[in-house]
Amino acid sequence: MFDRRLVTNFDWVLLITVCSLAGVGILNLYSATIGWAEHSTPFYLKQSLWLGGGVFLALFICCFDYRHLEHFALPAYLLTLGMLLFVLLLGKTSMGATRWINLGFFNLQPSEVAKLVIIIMLSRIFGRTALPAGYRLFDLWLPAILLAVPFMLIVKQPDLGTALMVIFIAGTMLIFAGLQRNTLIFLTLSGFMTAFAGWFMLHDYQKARISTFLNPEADPLGRGYHIIQSKIAVGSGGFWGKGFMAGTQSQLSFLPERHTDFAFSVFAEEWGFSGCLMLLLGYLFLVVWGIYIARRAADRFGMFLAIGVTAMLFWHIVVNLGMVIGLLPVVGVPLPLFSYGGTSMITTMIGVGLLMNVSMRRFMF
Amino acid sequence: MGLNTRWIELPVVHKRLLLFSVAAAALFLLLALRLWYLQIISYERYSDRATRNRTRVLSLAAPRGPIYDRDGVLLVDNRPAFTVSVMRQDVDNLEALLQKLSGLLETDTSTLEERWARGSRFPIYRPVPLATDVSRAVMERVLEHSTELPGVLVEVQPVREYLEKGSEAHLIGYLGEVTENELSQDFFEGLQPGDYVGKLALEKAYETYLRGQKGQRLVEVNVKGKLLKQLEVKPAKPGNKIFLTISRDVQRAADQAFGDQSGAAVALDVRTGEVLAMLSRPTFDPSLFVRGIESEEWSQLLTDSRHPLQNKVLSGLYSPASTFKMIVALAALREGIVNDHRVINCGGSFILGGSRFRCWKKDGHGRTNLKKALRESCDVWFYQVGLELGIDKLEIAAREFGLGAPVGFPLAGEKSGVIPSRAWKRQRFNTSWYGGETVIASIGQGYVLTTPIQLAVMTAALANHGDILQPQIILRIEDWNSQILQEFEPQVSSHADFSDAAWKSIDRGLVAAVNEPHGTGWAAHLNNIKVAGKTGTSQVVRRKSDEEEETGVQAEVPYRFRPHALFVAYAPAENPEIAVAVVVEHGQHGGSAAGPIAKAMFDSYFKGQQKAMLTVLHEGE
Repeated sequence: MFDRRLVTNFDWVLLITVCSLAGVGILNLYSATIGWAEHSTPFYLKQSLWLGGGVFLALFICCFDYRHLEHFALPAYLLTLGMLLFVLLLGKTSMGATRWINLGFFNLQPSEVAKLVIIIMLSRIFGRTALPAGYRLFDLWLPAILLAVPFMLIVKQPDLGTALMVIFIAGTMLIFAGLQRNTLIFLTLSGFMTAFAGWFMLHDYQKARISTFLNPEADPLGRGYHIIQSKIAVGSGGFWGKGFMAGTQSQLSFLPERHTDFAFSVFAEEWGFSGCLMLLLGYLFLVVWGIYIARRAADRFGMFLAIGVTAMLFWHIVVNLGMVIGLLPVVGVPLPLFSYGGTSMITTMIGVGLLMNVSMRRFMF
Repeated sequence: MGLNTRWIELPVVHKRLLLFSVAAAALFLLLALRLWYLQIISYERYSDRATRNRTRVLSLAAPRGPIYDRDGVLLVDNRPAFTVSVMRQDVDNLEALLQKLSGLLETDTSTLEERWARGSRFPIYRPVPLATDVSRAVMERVLEHSTELPGVLVEVQPVREYLEKGSEAHLIGYLGEVTENELSQDFFEGLQPGDYVGKLALEKAYETYLRGQKGQRLVEVNVKGKLLKQLEVKPAKPGNKIFLTISRDVQRAADQAFGDQSGAAVALDVRTGEVLAMLSRPTFDPSLFVRGIESEEWSQLLTDSRHPLQNKVLSGLYSPASTFKMIVALAALREGIVNDHRVINCGGSFILGGSRFRCWKKDGHGRTNLKKALRESCDVWFYQVGLELGIDKLEIAAREFGLGAPVGFPLAGEKSGVIPSRAWKRQRFNTSWYGGETVIASIGQGYVLTTPIQLAVMTAALANHGDILQPQIILRIEDWNSQILQEFEPQVSSHADFSDAAWKSIDRGLVAAVNEPHGTGWAAHLNNIKVAGKTGTSQVVRRKSDEEEETGVQAEVPYRFRPHALFVAYAPAENPEIAVAVVVEHGQHGGSAAGPIAKAMFDSYFKGQQKAMLTVLHEGE
């Protein structure tokens, strides 16, 4: 099974890109949390451990041919549904939402696992049947059901951010699999209508977030505070930034969640437009490289796997950055490799492992 | 399989991949443009807001709910106190600042350093308190020098004030800083390190009612952290008002009568179970905890052999001694073993199986009936009756009065006490029950253990002829606008079933004990109100040996070997309203040590009644 070609074909570019981005993220975390509680392990150190574990996990995933995953897709999918159901019934509640299973050393978040499992499941379906003319609505009943069940469970938690991510990822893969023109138009229209109808089913805090996004100054002390403070931090960074560990907004004032969802505003304040541009280019390169891996994949399953993972990274990046700089409402979506958090880091690195796996087996036929 | 289809589709696939790349690049471009807008075009505006006018969210402390007595007399309040704190982020030269402050605050630099270090646990935007509750003079001195003290601010914060000092410390409890452990619990959500929460008794049990809701202040500060203006205020919501069933006057009367002695006293309304007074001695000053107790004071409280931190009303275990005799008498009346007229001769001692059980009166009481036995607390009478009754029947009767189990007091820490039985002894010591143990139990000694609150509930049941009441301490809870949130109803937990004649026989005996010559409870005698009561002298160690007794050497008994003094009583005897139970630890004699305390409580209670009556009459005119 193990082949020397695997080593020669190892995707160093991907590994180095990912590690550099994560390295910058840890540096930023160091700056963001300096002067915080000294009694426990500092965040940047914990994040470094997560990164180390993640890289190890990614390399471990590379050791097995990704095509075996096809067989595991269904059991993994069912297991994930079970975990989502479990969390809904008896999970750990925090800040009004129930998202975690407490494993003692780690709070497992099944909705994160669900993202990966849905990618694998859809890759399997789309990988098997190629319809050159594109899918019609009727052909989509299986993926639709497979998607709808976990989606509803995640919405119920409620974790709107992750639920939307799941839809975005699946949508990207679907468009990639090919849709007939009428189907595409129909799905787009019904998507908008669902969103419109869904507004009335949102929780109050979710509605508030969206109306706050539309007019943050209406409630500067409450919900608007996040966005206003974040925009001040980003904007006051200017072209060159205020320098490492010198951001006044992040270092001195109350910039909330600055080590998790709002980590980028700390970076933007301290490194300025120039730094942000470099970081954006780094992320863009990661996405384009993911597409490149899809293009070179040895089979359809691998191609869809690469597309799915790339879509996951891409949408997280775009939604998080859009939120931090006030383009999108505040939904709790972390910036991959940058925001503090074990779950996000591990999910991302498993995805990266899959990408590497597809990449290094591109000549395996 | 996949191979073929892939190559067929290849051109389409490549086109889509290219499209995807372009779309991704386009969205990233959009992000970059937005960043350009924020960081380049709007730079001036945001930079201005960030450097010259930084905004900050300060939390406004919510005043904790005040606690009143039953008549609306304030017992626990909040008073404004000046706190000198520092915004950590505005300090450049810590050493110089602390040096300067140490002079102004008249505190060592090392103490200030310690408090600074403690504050490093707080989020950075929270001021670190360096001196709490400083005097006005100090506050003014600090404000005068404020230009040389960057980051230092003087805040006005509500501080808990216990108006009755330590009088009801065990009932009300105290506050302390919330711990890391507590912060992780849902119950304490919304709190931050440095906040104060109830740590004991009422302050702890009614935390959710008392806490209130913090407010927030959005303020603008300049580069030096100086407050420029207030942008927005979300006012704090004060905690709810709690009205206790306690009467401050009765409480104070008991407090004064207790003096320096240790022990416990509790008074109940025999009709409702409302606790009118409740104290445990020695006590501590709850305000010690408000300003942060020093470890020396704390260890002193912990190691004091008289246990000032223990609430002896609920968790002090004492042999009920002669106050248990009413239960024996009632059970014997129910079983038909005695009636009002049966006479037992007391010669000063009682012999069973070669053992000699003494009466407290060496020369004996002579011919004794029930009334006399209660009045003069004749031990021999009860030895004989108890032995005939047997431990099983005695246990049943005692349990009917709620002894041997918690009374369900609404505060934590209540002990069960012990009502021994054959089964209990078998389980505890794995031996069978002896007749001699029944004899000892009949005068409330031996294994029998009770808490003062149990004795009070028992006495209230004697007064109201059988209702075992659930003690209440909360009369009602009102919110800040005096809307009533909760009111408490009297609750009868069970009923002790004895004949009317039996209850009346006990009443007569207890009235005689306080009001007739030779009565042991004369010390609680009141002129205008008829009191019914029973004394008790609870042996801490064995009784005096025969030799000591016979040689008549009355050596001074060391404090810790002196017997506890007990007194239970209710009044007015004809139509009871209030029942009390008093235990004076090592007080020697129930009548002389505990009686006056009960008397003081009655006195104060009925004076209050009179006053209330007079006001009603005046208003009537």
